[in-house]
Amino acid sequence: MISAKNLYKTFYTPHDVHALVDVSAEIKEGEVVVVIGPSGSGKSTFLRSLNCLEEIDSGNIIIDGIEVRHKRTNINKIREEVGMVFQSFNLYPHKTVLQNVTLAQEVVRKRNKKESEKIALELLEKVGISDKAQAFPDNLSGGQKQRVAIARSLAMNPKVMLFDEPTSALDPEMIGEVLEVMKTLAKEGMTMVVVTHEMGFAREVADRVIFMDFGKIVEEGTPDHFFTNPTHDRTKLFLNQIL
Amino acid sequence: MINKLKALTAGKHHPSWYIGIAGFILIIVIAIFSILSASKQINYAWQWHRVPDRFFTNKVIKSDTKGEISNITILDGTAAIEVKTPDGIETFNVPEKDLILRRGDFVSPGTILAESRSLKAGVLIEGLKLTLFISFFASIFGIIIGLFGGLGRVSKNPGLRWLSVTYVEIIRGSPLMVQILIWYFVIGTLVNENLSMMGMSTIPPTGWGIISLSIFAGAYVTEIIRGGIESVPKGQMEAARSSGMTYIQAMTHIILPQAFKTSMPALTGQFISLIKDSSLLGIISIRELTKSSREIVASTMMTFEFFLILAVLYLVLTFPLSMFVKYLENKVKVK
Repeated sequence: MISAKNLYKTFYTPHDVHALVDVSAEIKEGEVVVVIGPSGSGKSTFLRSLNCLEEIDSGNIIIDGIEVRHKRTNINKIREEVGMVFQSFNLYPHKTVLQNVTLAQEVVRKRNKKESEKIALELLEKVGISDKAQAFPDNLSGGQKQRVAIARSLAMNPKVMLFDEPTSALDPEMIGEVLEVMKTLAKEGMTMVVVTHEMGFAREVADRVIFMDFGKIVEEGTPDHFFTNPTHDRTKLFLNQIL
Repeated sequence: MINKLKALTAGKHHPSWYIGIAGFILIIVIAIFSILSASKQINYAWQWHRVPDRFFTNKVIKSDTKGEISNITILDGTAAIEVKTPDGIETFNVPEKDLILRRGDFVSPGTILAESRSLKAGVLIEGLKLTLFISFFASIFGIIIGLFGGLGRVSKNPGLRWLSVTYVEIIRGSPLMVQILIWYFVIGTLVNENLSMMGMSTIPPTGWGIISLSIFAGAYVTEIIRGGIESVPKGQMEAARSSGMTYIQAMTHIILPQAFKTSMPALTGQFISLIKDSSLLGIISIRELTKSSREIVASTMMTFEFFLILAVLYLVLTFPLSMFVKYLENKVKVK
């Protein structure tokens, strides 16, 4: 589904940071991959580079058989198929919850209003927030916002979902409701790449865990391998600190 | 309004609240009193009583003969006054409602048969209309120019960005009066000559006035819109783009609506300035509000009276505008 080869990315401001150093990864269809690592390890950059929100310096990314960085590739076409959920939700504050979910369907997928509203309401039902369809994002709690954001992404019928620390900005009591929705998605066979600090989620849902540090993939494997006997000292240290 | 008053008077306030209100009223009263007493002390003959003449016309129909009114017949709002003179009967037609004489009255040459007082669209009102017309179109074109300027200002393309910066710096940094003169006498002459050579009608001074003001306001609007766009969090663009929207779609659906909302107060201020800036257009002989006032002043010598009226007329234009935008802002906020 996703194949990333030899990705390099350096940030030059405010000072040189090697965010991605020769990162390669394969993600198969239906697989749930969790990317963990200390902050500044390049895991968000990796995720954002997959749909070109972050321009990489060199390397090759293929999503669903299409070379993302090829000159002829229309990046908007790829982004239609790749849903993204952000740490800070990024709901559109001037639109209602319903409009948040219908907008891209109408503008990008060219669905008519009736059809997109039907799909939106089904998805809002699915994430358990259909009663807030007419509310504005400002009147929602963080957990509700993130669930709307997930519905917004799902409305485009993406082939892959990228989650960029979806629970990091939430109050502890709201993390559960968002993880619940993500677990359901995983069970339904959605291909997911999740950057998170939620080790419980990684252990329970992930097919594979990738551990990154200093812009490199240090170790990857099944959650079992990862949480019971990691090979690298760096991984052990990180897990000791976090668990 | 009543609810607002109730809210204002309901409940208990901290003493500082009442002191604040009292202070406000006191300052206003002192200001009015000072202005009034100062206006009496200056060596200036106030002639407010002559002001209404400028807004009304007295239409008078006079008799030019001598005799007795023998009959008045009224038909369709017109009164026919028949005056019996030694030479026979003469008839005057006057509007019925203005009739002031009765049958049997004697008239002589110069006697007023009918008198009407009507509001006239004097130069002042004509000037007001022209100022409104110019400001309205200059505002609309100013927004359009500023919108594209603002988009250029935040563009990744250095050519567009520098073009926008150059435009803003030159227009904002030079006096409007010079710009108006250049637009009318330099560029205007060139363009109008070419237009008339091609057999087309030329652009009148009013047109050049609107062009120069739009371009002037556009520079300020550019910066306001840029500020508005930059105030929208980066994540909004990322969310829109990551759902497959193009840059233009993301701008029109997500960024600009939010940018306009935050720019609203600054834009209002800009358009209020624009209305007042249009007073400079008199230098290219556009008879807008200020120029017509100066003409009246020149013919009546009532300098202060008409300049004060001028100020009030500008307030009449600007105050509703700021109230309207306040209303819009509140509406948006409730949403």
